Amino acid sequence: MIPEWGNFALILACCLAIAQMVLPLAGAALGRNAWMAVARPAAAGQLAFLGIAFACLTYSFVMDDFSVSYVADNSSVALPWAYKVAGVWGGHEGSLLLWLLILAVWTEAVSVFGTALPRVYWARVIGVLGVISSGLLLFLLLTSNPFMREFPARLEGTDLNPLLQDPAMVLHPPMLYMGYVGFSVAFAMAVAGLLAGRLDAAWARWSRPWTVAAWSFLTVGIALGSWWAYYELGWGGWWFWDPVENASFMPWLAGTALIHSLAVTEKRGAFKAWTALLAIFTFSLSLLGTFLVRSGVLTSVHAFATDPERGVFLLILLALITGGALLLFAWRAPKLRNEVSFSWLSKETFLLINNVLLIVACAAVLLGTLYPLAFDALGLGKLSVGPPYFNSVFVPITLPLAFLIGLGPLVAWKRADAAALSRRLRGAFLMAVALSAGVTALILGVRHLVLAMAVFIAAWIMLSAGVGIISRVRTHEGISGIPRGFWGMHLAHVGIAVFMLGVGVVSTFHIEQDVRLAPGEEVTVGGLVFRLERLYPVAGPNFDATEALVTVFQSGEQVAELKPQKRIYRVGRQAMTQTSIAGGLSRDLLVALGEPLGDTAWSLRVYIKPMVRWIWAGAVLMALGGVLALSDRRYRALRGRAPPAKKLRAGVSG
Amino acid sequence: MTSKQRQRFIAVIAIVLAVGAAVTFTTLAFRQNLLYYFTPSMVAGGEAPVGKPFRLGGLVVNGSIERSTQTIEVRFRITDLDREIPVIYRGILPDLFAEGKGVVTKGMLGNDGIFQASEVLAKHDENYMPPEVADSLRNKKGHPNGATSTGAP
Repeated sequence: MIPEWGNFALILACCLAIAQMVLPLAGAALGRNAWMAVARPAAAGQLAFLGIAFACLTYSFVMDDFSVSYVADNSSVALPWAYKVAGVWGGHEGSLLLWLLILAVWTEAVSVFGTALPRVYWARVIGVLGVISSGLLLFLLLTSNPFMREFPARLEGTDLNPLLQDPAMVLHPPMLYMGYVGFSVAFAMAVAGLLAGRLDAAWARWSRPWTVAAWSFLTVGIALGSWWAYYELGWGGWWFWDPVENASFMPWLAGTALIHSLAVTEKRGAFKAWTALLAIFTFSLSLLGTFLVRSGVLTSVHAFATDPERGVFLLILLALITGGALLLFAWRAPKLRNEVSFSWLSKETFLLINNVLLIVACAAVLLGTLYPLAFDALGLGKLSVGPPYFNSVFVPITLPLAFLIGLGPLVAWKRADAAALSRRLRGAFLMAVALSAGVTALILGVRHLVLAMAVFIAAWIMLSAGVGIISRVRTHEGISGIPRGFWGMHLAHVGIAVFMLGVGVVSTFHIEQDVRLAPGEEVTVGGLVFRLERLYPVAGPNFDATEALVTVFQSGEQVAELKPQKRIYRVGRQAMTQTSIAGGLSRDLLVALGEPLGDTAWSLRVYIKPMVRWIWAGAVLMALGGVLALSDRRYRALRGRAPPAKKLRAGVSG
Repeated sequence: MTSKQRQRFIAVIAIVLAVGAAVTFTTLAFRQNLLYYFTPSMVAGGEAPVGKPFRLGGLVVNGSIERSTQTIEVRFRITDLDREIPVIYRGILPDLFAEGKGVVTKGMLGNDGIFQASEVLAKHDENYMPPEVADSLRNKKGHPNGATSTGAP
């Protein structure tokens, strides 16, 4: 009975979503308070019913109800319970249900925390969220119902794809979706503002915390995905420019641009139309990401659906939502006026350059991701775009962008003094150059140009952040008076510095080698001796494995003991390589088992990755910066009345 | 020109130059890094370039996998059920690489007609067939994979 209840809850949620779409939007247009008031109970009801549906599906997973096709396809009796729960989003239907549940959570949050918003505006925001929700709920019910039964029921499920049986599976999809879907709030606020024909500083102030929250989640989600690919897939890289990775990276780039553009709109009332357009683009790219990943046009671990009907439905939905918003924009945007002007040397200019660079980067990724699909769709043949394209486009865009991070926050709004700016930053600049030269001089060689750049940029960002913080402490508030938004901005920027340092070091010094070893033999890689001690069988809950014991020595001393496995999952007889990693902040040592060669020898893949964890640490710092900015007083004040305008002098997020 | 007009003029020029540079640069990088996909028949027919990277896909011929006894080199042949192309790869093969299964490799064709693979693409599921391979097999009869969909569960 439970799956039928779940199905019924989904249908009710869909009805409520349609009510949440139609009544508040119509009420806002016709000025009917009673209709607008439906927004709140409709959003709450939708959350409740989606929660019930989700709980029902989880129950079916935990109870091994294989009469539900989706459960039978993505679980098995012996699957550990944590993966049964995570298996709910292990396939297409369930992950879409998770997407919708998260949308309902965001909607409810807007409905509860948005009471300070003007009523008509608030009703429109919830109505627009209802449009998205009804579209995707219809999609779920009509093409991808997770509660479909089959008779006779299978006795055993086909198991969750072994690649997905990993602790990261519990966190990566929910985090990523919190980010993707969270941008729907910024989208809805922009569309509501366009409907009203009014995009002002207040609109930007309301949008900012929601956008920053979504962005922080997305940052963590992408970092988790990168970390997962790094250790689970055993390819040893942290980013592959895989179309699915790009699908999550494009909304991130656009979202980053949006955060910065919102700052200008809020503080200075400039870039209004551009900010609204960015909000539309950011969420559209999130939808595009969902479409690309879920439609099966891309082939990867994420591509579940290969049913063309689903792809077409999603594409139509994408066209309606994005196209509708863009039409509205084209109609309303010419009426928007930016009343302010700013000089060449001003924070506005720097944020504009930031936006241009981020959007160029985003467009380059979009081109590389969609071109092969378009080429194929037009019947011209099959091709793919290699990682060198993305690297050669990305580096020249990222370096100036990262350099500007050191400048932008210290430039004043409206008009800055070039001489004063250069006086303040000269020391930081020279120190960064000296540090970079010093580090590269110690490790001479032209090959280290990348490293020199990375060290320079990292040092420059951190030193200039230091200059900014010190001068702020001195000039006015003292440490306690500085708003958290300011700290958040600098923390996120330092995160970029840490990230770039990690990228520079690991791309310069990483070593990857495929070797052949028999038990007792050893190999020297990058000054470290890896010895294959022995191989032995081990049994897991739902797999059997061959495990190798590899000890690593540095100058005669043992520094690590690694236990990579080659697993065979019992249900699907699928083989899986489980890498073993010993590492820390300074370096990671990875070993993956390849295959048996001859009698006793095996092929092994050995990696040494110095400072690779700084990459994810940098991402975590960025997300923490976002969280810190969110905890700023001014956003808490939003719940009650409008915050006093004060202290707007320095700091993008200040 | 007033100073404001001059500023605008400079701004427009700067933006045009920057966008132009970005477009040129991107297009160049893009064209150099397009990887085309070829089937064994196309390679045998001389359609594929020599000494330039591309992707080759098909089924691994039964009984064609030969492992070196001393190194980690492995040789196998890829077929589209019409023609076969020999492949050399030095490295660790993905978990689901097996005889009779679909595979996509990336590498260069040598003058000797042997494909030097630098990468053998991992598949994520054993029932999964790379769509390129599935397409090229679709019209071939007599192979069970030829007619089925590309369905990954």
